[in-house]
Amino acid sequence: MALLGAVDQAPNPWFDPSYVVDNWTTILRYLGEHVRLTVAAVFLGVVIALPLALLARRSRFLSGPVLALSTVIYTIPSLAMFAFIFPFTGLSSTTVLIGLVAYSLVILVRNFLTGLQGVPADVREAARGMGYGSLRLLVQVDLPLALPSFMAGLRIATVSTVALTTVGVLVGHGGLGQLIIGGFNANFYRAEIVTGTIGCVLLALVADVLLAGAERLLTPWTRAVRA
Amino acid sequence: MDPGGAGMNAFGDALVYLNDPFNWTRPGGIIDLLVEHLTISLVAVLAAIVVALPVGIALGTSGRGGGGVVVLSNVSRAVPTLALLTIFAVTPIGFGDPATTIALAVFAVPPILTNTYVGFRGVDADVREAARAMGMGRGQVIRRVDFPLALPLVMTGVRTATVQVVATAGLAALVGGGGLGQIISLGFGQQNYGVMIAGALLVAALALATELTLVLLTWAVTPGPRRLPGAATRRPTAGIPEPTGAGVPL
Repeated sequence: MALLGAVDQAPNPWFDPSYVVDNWTTILRYLGEHVRLTVAAVFLGVVIALPLALLARRSRFLSGPVLALSTVIYTIPSLAMFAFIFPFTGLSSTTVLIGLVAYSLVILVRNFLTGLQGVPADVREAARGMGYGSLRLLVQVDLPLALPSFMAGLRIATVSTVALTTVGVLVGHGGLGQLIIGGFNANFYRAEIVTGTIGCVLLALVADVLLAGAERLLTPWTRAVRA
Repeated sequence: MDPGGAGMNAFGDALVYLNDPFNWTRPGGIIDLLVEHLTISLVAVLAAIVVALPVGIALGTSGRGGGGVVVLSNVSRAVPTLALLTIFAVTPIGFGDPATTIALAVFAVPPILTNTYVGFRGVDADVREAARAMGMGRGQVIRRVDFPLALPLVMTGVRTATVQVVATAGLAALVGGGGLGQIISLGFGQQNYGVMIAGALLVAALALATELTLVLLTWAVTPGPRRLPGAATRRPTAGIPEPTGAGVPL
């Protein structure tokens, strides 16, 4: 209790502009790491999830295991996930990246699969009847029609990856999470904790708005229909 | 030393650790931490249900506040659980189980609220009207018509929230909280990676067991024709992600 008393007596504001100004370079460095980890994780997630979703669409025999495995990965807590990977990759950002890729992959596979399964069978058949090969069918028919679902998955994956990156503090590469834990360890310095938290939330919102904008640009036909 | 070999050794050490009965039964051992972990989680989920269920029912049956619910579930996805745990730990409550419980309860509210809202909102207006025509009062309609029909979604919300709470409770150890996460952070701090992996295995197993328990519970309490949980995945809708703010990794 003596410790608690000390915390309450010292001036310890929830937010302090001078903290942000004085530590701007540190904040930017962690922000940069956060952005790098998020972008890399979502990018790698897309690269792996797309072929998996295409494979899973081919048959129920394949989609069952893919979905079941994704549910299991989904349920593993991030702290445990990073702890599992740590002995192999050590105190590097690779440890965090592998875990983040696993989670974003799981979200993306589900949404990609939903999108691909939503492509009407008669549209694909018509395209095939017009002489479309399988690659052209994928690029010109499947992907555009599945795009809304793809983008929804991409947005969820990005926002949750931004939040999850903070757990990387376990191995010292948590991006803005380092500020949160750093403030906690620096005698419960609230300004640092809140700065890290606000940074995370703002980053997630900015990423979400950017992706929403990209979705609008990529799917002009959905607006034309509504207008 | 090749890193792959070290990794495998850590998993071997973890099994050795888990195989020692003393590590389970000693004071502050696995069983004590497990009880602490489950107590924190249970209290947090119950508190969240007490708050979220009435609000969700009120908003869902009146049809108001839908925008607010969506915004809440989206914003809650962007707030890192670690941040919330840390923030409650540095309030005058102080770090420890009460702060952890409150933070977890706050995080359990959005999924329960969203699903309850969607569930009650989705009840067929005709069914409701028929019940009212049969002479049911407002309370009766909610209890005997809306609730059974909304129950599958309400349970989905409770399930996601519970699994999320059990999983996130492990993170509390990073900011001075209790529970099974302590084994992970202790093993990490002592560079005893076998212990760390053992803790990770326990936390992961607990989360999976919680998910399974809640799936079975949902199946048991849901009225109407029973489908085994596994049977649902064969339907083409299986790929649709859950419509919740908690449809995210933990």
